[in-house]
Order: sequence, then structure tokens, then C-alpha cells
Amino acid sequence: MGHSAPKIASNDGVAAKLGAALGAMLIDTVEAHDEISFTVQRDGIAAALQLLRDEHEYQQLMEIAGADYPERAERFEIVYMLLSLTKNHRIMVKVSTDEDTPVPTVTHLWPVAGWLEREVYDLYGVLFAGNPDLRRILTDYGFRGHPFRKDFPLTGHVEMRYSEEHKRVIYEPVKLAQDFRSFDFMSPWEGADYVLPGDEKVDAGAPSVDKPKTTEKPADTGAGKKANKAAAEKETEGSPAQDDVKAKKPAPKRTKSGTAKKASVKKGAAKKPAAKKATPKKASAKKAAKKKDGDKA
Amino acid sequence: MADYLEEALGETDAADPTVGDTEIQNYTINFGPQHPAAHGVLRMVMELDGEIIERIDPHVGLLHRGTEKLIEHKTYLQALPYFDRLDYCSPLAQEYSYVLAIEKLLDLEVPLRAQYLRVLFAELTRICNHMLNIGAHVMDVGAMTPNLWVFEIREDCLNFFERASGARMHSAWFRPGGVHQDVPLKLLTDLADWLDTFPKLFEDAMSLVVDNRIFKQRNVDIATVSKEDAIKWGFSGPMIRGSGIAWDLRKSQPYDVYDRMEFDIPVGTKGDCYDRFMIRVEEVRQSARIMRQCLNEMPEGPIASTDRKVVPPKRGEMKQSMEALIHHFKLYTEGFHVPAGEVYVATESPKGEFGVYLVSDGSNKPYRCKIRPTAFSHLQAMDFMCKGHMLPDATAILGAIDVVFGECDR
Repeated sequence: MGHSAPKIASNDGVAAKLGAALGAMLIDTVEAHDEISFTVQRDGIAAALQLLRDEHEYQQLMEIAGADYPERAERFEIVYMLLSLTKNHRIMVKVSTDEDTPVPTVTHLWPVAGWLEREVYDLYGVLFAGNPDLRRILTDYGFRGHPFRKDFPLTGHVEMRYSEEHKRVIYEPVKLAQDFRSFDFMSPWEGADYVLPGDEKVDAGAPSVDKPKTTEKPADTGAGKKANKAAAEKETEGSPAQDDVKAKKPAPKRTKSGTAKKASVKKGAAKKPAAKKATPKKASAKKAAKKKDGDKA
Repeated sequence: MADYLEEALGETDAADPTVGDTEIQNYTINFGPQHPAAHGVLRMVMELDGEIIERIDPHVGLLHRGTEKLIEHKTYLQALPYFDRLDYCSPLAQEYSYVLAIEKLLDLEVPLRAQYLRVLFAELTRICNHMLNIGAHVMDVGAMTPNLWVFEIREDCLNFFERASGARMHSAWFRPGGVHQDVPLKLLTDLADWLDTFPKLFEDAMSLVVDNRIFKQRNVDIATVSKEDAIKWGFSGPMIRGSGIAWDLRKSQPYDVYDRMEFDIPVGTKGDCYDRFMIRVEEVRQSARIMRQCLNEMPEGPIASTDRKVVPPKRGEMKQSMEALIHHFKLYTEGFHVPAGEVYVATESPKGEFGVYLVSDGSNKPYRCKIRPTAFSHLQAMDFMCKGHMLPDATAILGAIDVVFGECDR
């Protein structure tokens, strides 16, 4: 039986049929999780949506969603959710764009697109060519930046409070009593892509040993004259002195230094990413503060 | 007087019909954000010609909390309570879309009892929400008593939520795979008793309003929306049904056990505020009908999926089984992983189509969770609906939209 999510009309053959209708405008069709999504050419989005609305009965535009994939060349994806009231079916149509390239508006097809495009513009900074009223909508008056981009910090750059001194609301750089804690649950055995402390040794290889160090004479142990003397006496007595000396004296030393080294490596590795994260935040916060100051002046 | 007589005799100055009139200018007023009829924090910049509305520019976003961004930084389970806080008048209806979206990505089967429980409580949420909206709407246009009466019913609903989940409003009771806890039998019997008693109070309250002359004067023929306009402006829920389109996601795209339920979809004939109001009134009756069917048909059985990779084990089980303990620990620290993919799941919330566009990258946190609020597209149509109406009509129109800003601004 599977999941009990809303059941729409069958997807059978819809992808092929609509894909053929979209023709050259179509880039890609994905059918997964009972959902059909078409990726179309950015310049052809208005024509494609008009075709789907007029010829294929997708009358309603329910939603325009933005999404940010910073690793892609065109990082933003804009997803149009279409609903057919007559065929009882839903599809998604996607275009991708970057920070500078505008997407053609669809406000002339559906007036509802006006605010939906404004929202994507506000939160992601995607431009819509032809939208008559492309103002910010959800964020504060005079807000800077596009908060839903993946490179925008969760805490934001400025915080607001009422200042008794100024008798008005003022903005200040964000100060947190405790940093936001994000735990990484990726298992190191299942494809985490960061370097774990000690991983660098794998590539460096084992240290090469030309001359294995051996302790043939009591003097080689480096345990001091007293011990040497005692050992020499023991040796003359014919007991297996070598074993004793080797096992007791230098061994603990070696392990000690070993663990200390490991610990230091760990600390360094743990600190580094934290420091990295902190610097851009501070810098941008300062920038924002500076900008504010400039405004006031 | 002289002008009036001249006009009556048809002796007006043909060259300049406005001679002697003082020229007045349109003026702009601010409606909200602190206005009792604004249903929260809505600021509308209105351009008025006398008392006639020429243009409305609604400013939303005063309650924007960045819910979608916060969700990207939480595990799937940790993100669930945010949905209660979107539309705080119908919390469970918002959770519904979200859990269904996760279940669709996981392709997770939900036991029958859980499906019935979810439908039962989603309908209780609908009654609860409509009680607030009907009350607020009649108060916006001047009636006081019905609001106080229907709030009694809303109070009962909230008590039932509390008995099921422990919380009156922010229940967080629907979970991926089912519901959080089973309900006691006494709660179900009390619900059945309540379903027999509350209609009397409700009908009493409605008898004060539905045929009331003042109420009709304030609502009939106000903000008439044609079928074409309703489709163009992305209307859903009672707004699209008010315009005469019999479109209800519970009927056309049934989820859980809605396909087993028998209920009618009320539709409007004119598409005005009165139609929208009456649709909500009728939906309350239909919801009660669905709830009775749920109570009659509800089977015994588990209330959540037995897939231990998604649904945590019972506490008793944890005391006995090491594996259960590990599952519990993993689910409440790391959470479950959802296969990569994207879905758009929309359910019929009391206010309209509430959708969740969920993008998963295969990790334990949503990559993107876009929430489709109902009020956003309805509120956008305020300008088009209010044009040419009087200033006090704006409150009636706003009341008939049923807008809650937690959801609109996210």
C-alpha cells in the first residue's frame, strides 16, 4: 500500500506526453516519489507555463519555491507548482538561474505570481524580469542581503532592540552568548568528506626505517649508568636482561609521547574549522554595522 | 439648494459640470499593524477616495521568523513543532502536510488506527479553527454574542487536544509514521458525547447571525469573486468553494482515510463574503459528520509504524531490549535519514491548500522546506477584492479570508 499522502490522478504517460508538448524548451524530466518535474529553458518559462495552462489544463499556479544549490554553476532553482483542477493532477516546472540573470516573470499569466516572485526575490535575490512590483516582502524595511541563501548565516548579521537612550529601535551587530551548535551526525565510515584527525598520516605513509634500532648492549637503552651497571651484572649472571630493560624502561616513554602527540593533533583539527567559521561572520557583521553607520551619516 | 433645484430641472452647466464643487484629493491611511480587525500584524496602506477604497497595498512579513531557514538546520523530527506555530489556530492541520511529505519520501505505511486518529483530530482542528474565524468574522462586522458562544466550543476542542497530546495548542502530535501517543478510550467516548451536544450551541449561535439583516447587509455582495478570478489568484479552501468551484483536497486528492469518509462539499453561488462565511458554517457540520464516522469505524491496533528506523520504540520495550534502546538513542540524537528527492504535498487545511515542498539530500535534515501558506495568495487579492468597496467592508473581507499571520509570514 505504501504511504498515505494525497492521491492524485495517475502519472502514467503524463511525463512523456507533456515532455513532447514542451519540445525544445524542455531540458530534463524527472519522475520520482510519485512526482513529475520538468526542467525547462529559463527564457522559455513563460511560454512553457502558458502552454501547460492553456493546452494541458494546468489552471492554477499554487506556489513558486526557490532553492539554493551553491555548488552548481547556476545556483538557484525556481520551482513552479502547477495544479490541474479538471485533471486532478500536479506537476512541478523548474528553471535555474544565478545571482545576476533575471527569470522572465509570469505575472501576466497568473496575477498570484506577483507576491510569489517577490518572495523568491526577497529571500534568494533572484531577479524577475517584467514583474511590475519587485519589492521586498517578508523581511524588514531596509533589510540587507537575501536570508535564505545557504551562505547567509542562520543568526543573521544584525539584531534589533529598543534603545532607551536613542528613544527608538536600533540595529546592532549580532552578539550571541553561545554560538549556534550544529552537530554533524555523518558517520566517518559512511562517506563523511572532511579530514578526521590522524587521516593525514595515511598519505604520508609509515616512516621509513633503514636501520632498525636495537638494544644490543646495556648502554643502548639510555637508562643511565646505574641501570647499566645493574644490567651488566645481571648479564654476567646469565639472566635474560635484555627483555627486562626493553620492556620496562623505554616502552612507557614511547607510549606517553605517542598519546600526547595524538591529543595535540586532535585539538588543532578541532579548533581550525571553528576559527574559520567565526572569521567571515565577524567580518560581515562589521560590514553591516559599517553600512548602518553610513546610512545614519 | 439652488444647485439641487437646477440639477432637478436639468439646468446644469454643460461645459463644466463640477462648477462650484471643491476639489478633494485622495488620501492615504494606514490600517494596522496594530488594529483589532487586522487579525494579527497586517499593515495595509489604503488609498481612499472619501470612504471608497481606491487601492490597497498590504504589507506582510511583520511576523516573519524565518521558519523555513530554521527547519533547514533541524532534524526532521525537531522541525515538526515549527508547523504548530505557523497557523496557530489550526496546528494539527499544518503538521499533517509535513508528516505526509516525509512519509511520501520514505514511502512509509501508516497503520489504520493512526490514519483514523489523524483524520479525527484534523477535523477537530477544522472545527476549532472555524470557531475562531466565524466568531472573529461576526465580531468584525459588529456582532458580539455569537463570538462568545462559539468560543465555548473552541475551548472544548482545545481541551480535547490537551487530553490527546498534553498541549492545548502546539500539540506536535502527528509524527512521521503515525501519531505520538494513543488516546484513552474515555477521550473517544467523550468526543462522541460532545459531537451530540455541541451542535445545539453552534446552531443557536448561528441562528443569531445567518439570517440577521445587519450581518447580511455587511456581507452579501461584498467582494464578489468569479470562478476565473478565483483560479487566477490561486485561491483554495473556502475561498475557491465560495466562488462556486467544488474543489476540496479531502475529496479530490484523498489522504489517509478520507476516501472512506462520506461528506459533502458546500459551494457558494455568488462568491461573496456571505458565501464564504456560510461555507465555513456548513464545513463545521460536515466535520462533525466525518468525526462520527471516524469514531464508529476506528479499529484497534498500533498507532504508529513499526519501522524502528523512523518511529521510536515504546519506553517499556526500551527497558527490555538493547536494540530498542539503541534505536531510541539514534532517533533522538541523529534522527532518521530520508532518501534524497523532492515532493510537494498539499492538504486541505481549514484555511485552504497548505503545501509543503520538501527537498531531501539524503541526510537527517531537510535541505529545503518550502511552506505554501494559504493566506499569502488570498491576501494578495485584497487589492482586487476591496477596490470600489467602503472602508468598513475591508474588515469583513479580511474576516472572510480567514488570515493568520503566523502562517502568512512564516
